[in-house]
Amino acid sequence: MKDRPVYTEYHPRWYRARVSTYWWTRQWKYVKFILRELSSLSVAYFVVLTLLQLRALGGGPISYGAFQEWLKTPLAIALNIISFFFVLFHATTWFNLAPSAMPLRVRGKRLPDWVIIGPNYIAWLATSAVVAWLILRG
Amino acid sequence: MAKRSNEPFLWSLFSSGGTVAAFLIPVLLFLYCLAFPLGWLEAPSYQRTRALVSHPLARLVLFVVCSLPLFHWAHRFRFTLYDGLQIKHLNEVIIVFCYGGAVVGTVLAGYLLWNLS
Repeated sequence: MKDRPVYTEYHPRWYRARVSTYWWTRQWKYVKFILRELSSLSVAYFVVLTLLQLRALGGGPISYGAFQEWLKTPLAIALNIISFFFVLFHATTWFNLAPSAMPLRVRGKRLPDWVIIGPNYIAWLATSAVVAWLILRG
Repeated sequence: MAKRSNEPFLWSLFSSGGTVAAFLIPVLLFLYCLAFPLGWLEAPSYQRTRALVSHPLARLVLFVVCSLPLFHWAHRFRFTLYDGLQIKHLNEVIIVFCYGGAVVGTVLAGYLLWNLS
Protein backbone atom coordinates (compact mmCIF):
# COMPACT_ATOMS: atom_id res chain seq x y z
CA MET A 1 0.00 0.00 0.00
CA LYS A 2 2.27 2.70 -1.23
CA ASP A 3 -0.23 4.92 -2.84
CA ARG A 4 -2.46 6.78 -0.57
CA PRO A 5 -5.86 7.33 -2.01
CA VAL A 6 -6.38 10.84 -3.17
CA TYR A 7 -9.56 12.42 -2.08
CA THR A 8 -10.99 15.36 -3.84
CA GLU A 9 -12.34 17.36 -1.04
CA TYR A 10 -15.56 18.99 -1.77
CA HIS A 11 -15.81 22.17 0.15
CA PRO A 12 -18.50 24.65 -0.69
CA ARG A 13 -17.39 28.23 -0.87
CA TRP A 14 -18.24 29.97 2.35
CA TYR A 15 -20.61 32.79 2.03
CA ARG A 16 -19.08 35.77 3.65
CA ALA A 17 -20.51 39.18 3.09
CA ARG A 18 -17.76 41.67 2.45
CA VAL A 19 -17.44 44.17 5.25
CA SER A 20 -15.63 47.41 4.65
CA THR A 21 -12.52 48.01 6.75
CA TYR A 22 -14.16 51.22 7.86
CA TRP A 23 -17.43 49.62 8.99
CA TRP A 24 -17.02 51.19 12.41
CA THR A 25 -17.21 54.74 11.05
CA ARG A 26 -20.82 54.32 9.96
CA GLN A 27 -22.46 54.73 13.34
CA TRP A 28 -21.49 56.65 16.44
CA LYS A 29 -21.94 53.62 18.69
CA TYR A 30 -19.43 51.68 16.56
CA VAL A 31 -16.97 54.58 16.72
CA LYS A 32 -17.42 54.59 20.49
CA PHE A 33 -16.74 50.86 20.57
CA ILE A 34 -13.49 51.27 18.64
CA LEU A 35 -12.48 54.26 20.81
CA ARG A 36 -13.17 52.19 23.92
CA GLU A 37 -10.98 49.40 22.57
CA LEU A 38 -8.27 51.92 21.61
CA SER A 39 -8.24 53.23 25.18
CA SER A 40 -5.96 50.23 25.77
CA LEU A 41 -3.26 52.19 23.88
CA SER A 42 -3.40 54.91 26.52
CA VAL A 43 -3.16 52.27 29.23
CA ALA A 44 -0.02 50.86 27.59
CA TYR A 45 1.35 54.39 27.07
CA PHE A 46 0.96 55.08 30.78
CA VAL A 47 2.85 51.90 31.65
CA VAL A 48 5.69 52.88 29.30
CA LEU A 49 5.84 56.33 30.94
CA THR A 50 5.91 54.67 34.36
CA LEU A 51 8.77 52.40 33.32
CA LEU A 52 10.72 55.42 32.01
CA GLN A 53 9.95 57.28 35.24
CA LEU A 54 11.21 54.34 37.32
CA ARG A 55 14.37 54.15 35.23
CA ALA A 56 14.93 57.88 35.75
CA LEU A 57 14.30 57.46 39.47
CA GLY A 58 16.90 54.70 39.66
CA GLY A 59 19.36 56.84 37.72
CA GLY A 60 19.59 59.50 40.43
CA PRO A 61 18.29 63.02 41.08
CA ILE A 62 19.64 64.48 37.83
CA SER A 63 18.04 61.95 35.51
CA TYR A 64 14.83 62.13 37.55
CA GLY A 65 14.83 65.92 37.23
CA ALA A 66 15.42 65.69 33.49
CA PHE A 67 12.44 63.37 33.14
CA GLN A 68 10.25 65.76 35.14
CA GLU A 69 11.34 68.55 32.77
CA TRP A 70 10.41 66.42 29.76
CA LEU A 71 6.95 65.90 31.28
CA LYS A 72 6.50 69.68 31.15
CA THR A 73 7.05 69.92 27.39
CA PRO A 74 3.97 70.75 25.28
CA LEU A 75 4.17 67.39 23.49
CA ALA A 76 4.13 65.46 26.76
CA ILE A 77 1.32 67.58 28.18
CA ALA A 78 -0.76 67.11 25.02
CA LEU A 79 -0.22 63.33 25.02
CA ASN A 80 -1.03 63.15 28.70
CA ILE A 81 -4.24 65.15 28.42
CA ILE A 82 -5.45 62.86 25.62
CA SER A 83 -4.39 59.78 27.59
CA PHE A 84 -6.11 61.04 30.71
CA PHE A 85 -9.44 61.28 28.87
CA PHE A 86 -8.93 57.83 27.41
CA VAL A 87 -8.14 56.20 30.76
CA LEU A 88 -11.21 57.90 32.27
CA PHE A 89 -13.22 56.53 29.35
CA HIS A 90 -11.73 53.11 30.02
CA ALA A 91 -12.57 53.27 33.73
CA THR A 92 -16.17 54.40 33.27
CA THR A 93 -16.94 51.95 30.45
CA TRP A 94 -15.25 49.20 32.48
CA PHE A 95 -17.37 49.81 35.56
CA ASN A 96 -20.54 50.23 33.52
CA LEU A 97 -19.95 46.85 31.88
CA ALA A 98 -19.21 45.06 35.15
CA PRO A 99 -22.83 43.86 35.63
CA SER A 100 -22.81 42.33 32.14
CA ALA A 101 -19.42 40.68 32.59
CA MET A 102 -20.25 39.33 36.03
CA PRO A 103 -23.99 39.17 36.62
CA LEU A 104 -24.78 38.45 40.26
CA ARG A 105 -27.86 36.55 41.28
CA VAL A 106 -29.55 36.57 44.61
CA ARG A 107 -32.17 33.84 45.09
CA GLY A 108 -32.32 33.28 41.37
CA LYS A 109 -33.00 36.89 40.55
CA ARG A 110 -30.43 39.00 38.77
CA LEU A 111 -29.39 42.03 40.75
CA PRO A 112 -30.15 45.37 39.11
CA ASP A 113 -27.16 46.90 37.32
CA TRP A 114 -26.77 49.87 39.63
CA VAL A 115 -26.24 47.58 42.63
CA ILE A 116 -23.00 46.43 40.99
CA ILE A 117 -22.01 49.67 39.26
CA GLY A 118 -22.53 51.90 42.32
CA PRO A 119 -20.08 50.17 44.67
CA ASN A 120 -17.52 50.02 41.85
CA TYR A 121 -17.60 53.81 41.52
CA ILE A 122 -17.43 54.28 45.28
CA ALA A 123 -14.46 51.90 45.49
CA TRP A 124 -12.82 53.77 42.59
CA LEU A 125 -13.16 57.11 44.39
CA ALA A 126 -11.92 55.61 47.66
CA THR A 127 -8.88 53.96 46.02
CA SER A 128 -8.00 57.16 44.17
CA ALA A 129 -8.28 59.19 47.39
CA VAL A 130 -6.04 56.77 49.32
CA VAL A 131 -3.42 56.68 46.55
CA ALA A 132 -3.42 60.49 46.28
CA TRP A 133 -3.11 60.79 50.07
CA LEU A 134 -0.17 58.35 50.21
CA ILE A 135 1.65 60.29 47.50
CA LEU A 136 0.83 63.81 48.64
CA ARG A 137 1.21 63.63 52.44
CA GLY A 138 4.26 65.57 53.53
CA MET B 1 -9.09 15.27 22.23
CA ALA B 2 -9.70 18.85 21.37
CA LYS B 3 -6.79 21.19 21.88
CA ARG B 4 -7.34 23.33 24.89
CA SER B 5 -7.70 26.98 24.15
CA ASN B 6 -5.51 29.61 25.80
CA GLU B 7 -8.26 32.17 25.50
CA PRO B 8 -9.74 31.80 29.02
CA PHE B 9 -6.30 32.38 30.57
CA LEU B 10 -5.60 35.38 28.33
CA TRP B 11 -9.06 36.72 29.03
CA SER B 12 -8.51 36.50 32.78
CA LEU B 13 -5.31 38.54 32.38
CA PHE B 14 -7.22 41.02 30.21
CA SER B 15 -9.96 41.29 32.78
CA SER B 16 -7.78 41.67 35.87
CA GLY B 17 -5.55 44.12 33.99
CA GLY B 18 -8.57 46.16 32.99
CA THR B 19 -9.72 46.32 36.60
CA VAL B 20 -6.29 47.37 37.88
CA ALA B 21 -6.06 49.98 35.12
CA ALA B 22 -9.54 51.35 35.86
CA PHE B 23 -8.92 51.69 39.59
CA LEU B 24 -5.35 52.99 39.67
CA ILE B 25 -4.23 54.54 36.38
CA PRO B 26 -6.52 57.62 36.29
CA VAL B 27 -5.32 58.96 39.66
CA LEU B 28 -1.64 58.15 38.96
CA LEU B 29 -1.73 59.65 35.48
CA PHE B 30 -3.52 62.73 36.76
CA LEU B 31 -0.97 63.34 39.52
CA TYR B 32 2.32 62.45 37.84
CA CYS B 33 1.58 63.43 34.25
CA LEU B 34 -0.67 66.48 34.66
CA ALA B 35 -0.96 67.93 38.17
CA PHE B 36 2.78 67.83 39.01
CA PRO B 37 4.21 68.93 35.62
CA LEU B 38 1.64 71.73 35.33
CA GLY B 39 2.28 72.89 38.89
CA TRP B 40 -1.30 72.40 40.10
CA LEU B 41 0.05 70.40 43.03
CA GLU B 42 3.47 70.37 44.59
CA ALA B 43 5.41 67.35 43.36
CA PRO B 44 7.07 65.17 46.01
CA SER B 45 10.86 65.58 46.00
CA TYR B 46 13.29 63.04 44.58
CA GLN B 47 14.20 61.82 48.08
CA ARG B 48 10.57 61.44 49.07
CA THR B 49 9.69 59.57 45.87
CA ARG B 50 12.66 57.27 46.41
CA ALA B 51 11.54 56.63 49.99
CA LEU B 52 7.98 55.95 48.83
CA VAL B 53 9.08 53.48 46.17
CA SER B 54 11.54 51.72 48.47
CA HIS B 55 8.63 50.30 50.46
CA PRO B 56 8.14 46.68 49.34
CA LEU B 57 4.36 47.07 49.21
CA ALA B 58 4.62 50.15 46.98
CA ARG B 59 6.93 48.27 44.63
CA LEU B 60 4.58 45.30 44.55
CA VAL B 61 1.67 47.61 43.65
CA LEU B 62 3.78 49.31 40.98
CA PHE B 63 4.74 45.94 39.54
CA VAL B 64 1.09 44.94 39.30
CA VAL B 65 0.18 48.35 37.84
CA CYS B 66 2.79 47.84 35.11
CA SER B 67 2.29 44.17 34.34
CA LEU B 68 -1.42 43.38 34.33
CA PRO B 69 -2.53 46.47 32.38
CA LEU B 70 0.02 45.55 29.69
CA PHE B 71 -1.70 42.18 29.28
CA HIS B 72 -4.98 44.04 29.22
CA TRP B 73 -3.62 46.18 26.38
CA ALA B 74 -2.22 43.14 24.55
CA HIS B 75 -5.53 41.32 24.50
CA ARG B 76 -7.72 44.28 23.71
CA PHE B 77 -5.42 45.73 21.07
CA ARG B 78 -5.11 42.34 19.41
CA PHE B 79 -8.84 42.15 18.91
CA THR B 80 -9.04 45.81 17.89
CA LEU B 81 -6.61 44.99 15.09
CA TYR B 82 -8.76 42.02 14.06
CA ASP B 83 -12.07 43.89 14.22
CA GLY B 84 -11.06 47.39 13.20
CA LEU B 85 -8.55 46.63 10.48
CA GLN B 86 -9.56 43.05 9.62
CA ILE B 87 -6.01 41.76 9.57
CA LYS B 88 -6.64 38.37 11.12
CA HIS B 89 -4.29 36.78 8.57
CA LEU B 90 -1.38 38.43 10.44
CA ASN B 91 -2.44 36.47 13.50
CA GLU B 92 0.99 35.15 14.50
CA VAL B 93 2.77 38.48 14.11
CA ILE B 94 0.09 40.27 16.09
CA ILE B 95 0.13 37.70 18.89
CA VAL B 96 3.92 37.88 19.23
CA PHE B 97 3.84 41.69 19.16
CA CYS B 98 1.04 42.07 21.72
CA TYR B 99 1.72 39.39 24.32
CA GLY B 100 5.45 39.54 23.68
CA GLY B 101 5.36 43.25 24.39
CA ALA B 102 3.48 42.62 27.61
CA VAL B 103 6.03 40.00 28.71
CA VAL B 104 8.95 42.33 27.92
CA GLY B 105 7.28 45.15 29.85
CA THR B 106 6.66 42.88 32.82
CA VAL B 107 10.30 41.75 32.90
CA LEU B 108 11.50 45.37 32.62
CA ALA B 109 9.18 46.43 35.45
CA GLY B 110 10.49 43.62 37.65
CA TYR B 111 14.10 44.51 36.86
CA LEU B 112 13.66 48.26 37.46
CA LEU B 113 11.69 47.81 40.67
CA TRP B 114 14.11 45.18 41.98
CA ASN B 115 16.97 47.66 41.58
CA LEU B 116 15.09 50.44 43.31
CA SER B 117 15.24 48.95 46.80
